[in-house]
Amino acid sequence: MSKQTMYEKIWNAHLVHQEDGKPALIYIDRHLIHEGTSPQAFAGLRAAGRRVRRPDLTFAVMDHSVSTKDRTLPVLDDNARAQFEALWRNCRETGVRLFDMHSRHQGIVHIIGPELGLTQPGLTIVCGDSHTSTHGAFGALAFGIGTSEIEHVLATQTLPQFKSKTMLIRVTGRRPPGVTAKDIILAIIGKIGVAGGTGHVIEYAGEGVTALSMEGRMTVCNMSIEAGARAGMIAPDDTTFAWMEGRPFVPRGKDFQVAVESWKTLPSDPGARYDTVVELDISQLAPQVTWGTTPGMVADVTGVVPDPASFADPIERRAAERALEYMALAPGTPITSIPLDRVFIGSCTNSRLEDLRMAAQVVEGRRVSPRIKQALVVPGSRLVKAQAEKEGLDRIFKAAGFEWRDAGCSMCIGMNDDVLPAGERCASTSNRNFEGRQGKGGRTHLVSPIMAAAAAIAGHFVDIRGWGVGLVE
Amino acid sequence: MQPFRRHTGLVAPLDRVNVDTDQMIPKQFCKLLTREGYGKFLFYDWRYLPGERPNPAFELNQPRYQGASILLTRANFGCGSSREHAPWGVADYGFRVLIAPSFADIFYNNCFKNGLLPITLPDEQVDELFRRTYAHPGYQLTVDLEAQTLSDDFDLTLTFPIDPFRKYCLLNGLDDIGLTLQHEDKIRAFEEKHQVTPVQYDDVDMWSPERAAD
Repeated sequence: MSKQTMYEKIWNAHLVHQEDGKPALIYIDRHLIHEGTSPQAFAGLRAAGRRVRRPDLTFAVMDHSVSTKDRTLPVLDDNARAQFEALWRNCRETGVRLFDMHSRHQGIVHIIGPELGLTQPGLTIVCGDSHTSTHGAFGALAFGIGTSEIEHVLATQTLPQFKSKTMLIRVTGRRPPGVTAKDIILAIIGKIGVAGGTGHVIEYAGEGVTALSMEGRMTVCNMSIEAGARAGMIAPDDTTFAWMEGRPFVPRGKDFQVAVESWKTLPSDPGARYDTVVELDISQLAPQVTWGTTPGMVADVTGVVPDPASFADPIERRAAERALEYMALAPGTPITSIPLDRVFIGSCTNSRLEDLRMAAQVVEGRRVSPRIKQALVVPGSRLVKAQAEKEGLDRIFKAAGFEWRDAGCSMCIGMNDDVLPAGERCASTSNRNFEGRQGKGGRTHLVSPIMAAAAAIAGHFVDIRGWGVGLVE
Repeated sequence: MQPFRRHTGLVAPLDRVNVDTDQMIPKQFCKLLTREGYGKFLFYDWRYLPGERPNPAFELNQPRYQGASILLTRANFGCGSSREHAPWGVADYGFRVLIAPSFADIFYNNCFKNGLLPITLPDEQVDELFRRTYAHPGYQLTVDLEAQTLSDDFDLTLTFPIDPFRKYCLLNGLDDIGLTLQHEDKIRAFEEKHQVTPVQYDDVDMWSPERAAD
């Protein structure tokens, strides 16, 4: 048999049916659902008189619009409440398991899947959310889908899929202190562009990736979609297996050993061919900060806001001009002199325990700058929140002047009342700096959790490499 | 789904790269329960000034582009969020055809589920279409999906690529789920040898049919 990539192995193991000239029918092992994109899919199913084929493989959670304040209070947003009620009703009618907003295991869908052990190597995982790529960190094939596809999976537990091209991104070199997984993925997007991965499934490899914790790997895979790739994956290894063991849905005892043996067959065969290969050396990488309105508009913290005139392509130049106008930034402005109004530490990109531990390390014994109007910490899940509180991280954040909130998507997308006001500038650990993403007219700079924490203290971006933090192993 | 065979319509230009789906339908409109009625929210933050007054600076608000059904735009259209509200808005606004040098994967897929035809053309051809759209008020294109051609009234004819199966489904307005369920025997056979129901070892705080039965 020819040498196969991990993507090809998982693809072949899930091939239900294939005819020439048609997309293949691929089996879906885990279907994750949230309140925002699923109601129309259930309605379509009902209208066609179809049933949910495999409720046992389907898990729902409330995350996008949930309040991060007091959830015992009534939901005042009528539209959000209607979506919560629809999800509750749809799950009860079809037998789909649900983590509602009061569950102690509630959290952002891409945080709780791995945390509970629903995410496992070799599985196919879909969700009506583009950041489903996160789960690829475990060596799963995971990608975001639209609402029509949600309906398709509910009805058939399969998806017609065209095979993607494969891209290997080899990250070499040792990660310098103060440089995190977030900086690596921002640098990758800066290098290949926001459409660089279109049509591809990315596999991240090399010592710069294998040295990362599972949390770091999830951050990297999470933002694959920001490079245009529907899925990103990392080969499972001992770091993966150790992280998974003992989680509620992970096999135990002898079954675990059997599972590990089968997971060990997943990594790409040596010499397997990829359609595209990219290399990035991170040994000299600086912390990254986005200056524009796509995640690819990114610079070293030691750099300056670029001059649009420096872009050779006229279309890119106009995009840069528009971005600087929206961001109210002048070319040549040092990144470290950009003043901030708010700080958001959260989202499916960076709200796991390691992220909060790193940020707390920066914050401990310091105070949020008086110019910062709000500094938010939103744990990715209630389990993360509980563990962080057990470690006293909440007290460190609160003592420094941060708000400590309940779990959800929060200000990454601003579907609840955590919204970035127009004209204000935010250092955010989230994944999208699109115009209006965090709130209409809001200006987002994407950064790592330690950069966000340091920016909250300083009131502007700073080169945190001098602060002696950021290498949590 | 509405079949797509042949369409003639007014072309509207949106000369921006990397137009993301957050921009097409902002978050506050993703809290609805229906698939209909998103056209009035399309490009909301660009299109309206406070009080939902049309923003005269936004291309699509120009009188000459009212009633447009073909959107001409730049690379990586539809990047970002997987929200199908974006193609729902595009279709409900009245567009049936999108032309760009490239589209983001999830958005591209979503278009076909909603009777929208996304056409990919090389940069030079897209540039030429922008020139013609600006030069000729009322500029129209005729799209023939069967023949895979685009033509105007000024002797331009371009061919465009499309996957044969996607073309077949669009031409016939086929329902994906119905097609897949023709293979239900194969799905059942696959499921028999592919056991992936997760086994729960610890108490998990979720609603489930088993818990409801207790």
